[in-house]
Amino acid sequence: MPVMGINLESWLAAAPAWIQSLPDGLQELLFQLYQTFIYQDRWTWFTDGLKVTFITTICALLLGVVLGLIVAIIRTAHDSQRTGKRNPVLGVVNFLCTVYLTVIRGTPMMVQLLVMGFVIMQPREQHEALICGIITLGINSGAYVAEIARSGLMSISAGQMEAGRSLGLNYWQTMRYIIIPQAVKNILPALGNEMITLLKDTSLVSVIALRDVTQQAKNIVANTFNATVPYISLALIYLVLVLILTKLLGIFERRLRASDRR
Amino acid sequence: MIDVKNLCKSFGDHEVLKGVNEHIEKGEKVVIIGPSGSGKSTFLRCLNLLEEPTSGDIVFEGQNITSKQTDINLVRRRMGMVFQQFNLFPHLTVRENIKLAPVKLKVMTEEEADKRALELLERVGLPDKADSYPIQLSGGQQQRIAIARALAMNPDVLLFDEPTSALDPEMVGEVLEIMKELADDGMTMVVVTHEMGFAREVGTRVLFMDGGNIVEQNEPHEFFAHPKNPRLQDFLSKVL
Repeated sequence: MPVMGINLESWLAAAPAWIQSLPDGLQELLFQLYQTFIYQDRWTWFTDGLKVTFITTICALLLGVVLGLIVAIIRTAHDSQRTGKRNPVLGVVNFLCTVYLTVIRGTPMMVQLLVMGFVIMQPREQHEALICGIITLGINSGAYVAEIARSGLMSISAGQMEAGRSLGLNYWQTMRYIIIPQAVKNILPALGNEMITLLKDTSLVSVIALRDVTQQAKNIVANTFNATVPYISLALIYLVLVLILTKLLGIFERRLRASDRR
Repeated sequence: MIDVKNLCKSFGDHEVLKGVNEHIEKGEKVVIIGPSGSGKSTFLRCLNLLEEPTSGDIVFEGQNITSKQTDINLVRRRMGMVFQQFNLFPHLTVRENIKLAPVKLKVMTEEEADKRALELLERVGLPDKADSYPIQLSGGQQQRIAIARALAMNPDVLLFDEPTSALDPEMVGEVLEIMKELADDGMTMVVVTHEMGFAREVGTRVLFMDGGNIVEQNEPHEFFAHPKNPRLQDFLSKVL
């Protein structure tokens, strides 16, 4: 299939008469829309890219939440130890967590992708690139989720831990049945924001040649030599996704608050 | 039942308990009073190791609970505690609050715990609140639920840390009433409180703490009628 398939003149010649009677500017715009979305079924490029974007976002978020919760619990457990009775193993693990947070929060996401994509993992195939992207974004997100989760754990009053312990539950049982369920509820709005950030950050995975929706828009530009319509469309796609997500999170939050009502 | 030997507790440089010795018998209702900062709450919280003593021994039913070999979680099952701020679990219903420990610690099945929870709610006069959330209840009701929760594990002794101090005045009575009923049923109780009426009426022994030590103790009538220590006389003249 010829890459250079079509130009304005040949498209106009085949177009219906009402288009030919339009002013030049509108004809140009319609042609751009045509070759961005319709010609060679390019809309499927966007939908294929969106699939990758969604998969990356969801998997990276899950990985980030799991990593973040683990790090937050380790850091909280470490910080709540009594002076003079410190557990050395916990000290070492806490130190590793601190290094992780410092490195991840201290370097740009783009650089992390370059390092993972071209130094550490070097994916060849698309599915390898997908895994590489998910892992990188997940590790990145985990560092931010960790701080969100830690603030959530610290927001629960010390009396809750004391009440749990006074009943004979051990530290982990109290964490699991009493502290974490309350903390999770408190941090859900902040986690929602993290999810939105992550969705937008997935646009960076195109540097490791993963064909997400941004990469697909770039591909279309490479074929049409016209950036306006593909990139404005791309921006609108992200905007609509974020608006939908914000709306859903708002509904979810109101639902949660409903159970706090007297 | 509880033997406290030379108990010391410091927070950093601040010495809160300065070698407290005390013996509490089964069935006693010991009331601890004293000015704020005297160490009475710290003393109580040391009894179930919510505060770890700096030095000294606490022997509970023949077991030294300050020793490293002791599993404090097993000991705490037999020592219930009621807090000033209630500390109910806000994400759980009243019934779940009471059932949590017995079920998760596998001392009761779901059904047994459920039955026990309803019994206890009956006992604290709130049988219709089983499926309410703590936030829907008044302070007095919350504290009564907290007492029910502490009783769920069938403890041998109940520790009360200023149980009525966070309550509106009109709710103090209902909580004290429950505590009095518990006392009449023979429960061993150690109560830190500012309620002198309760100390006089329910206590079998009253301790006065000041400056990290128990400076005077007696049975309630004699304690309030003829205080000997000048600090106690001063304290009583201010609170009575």
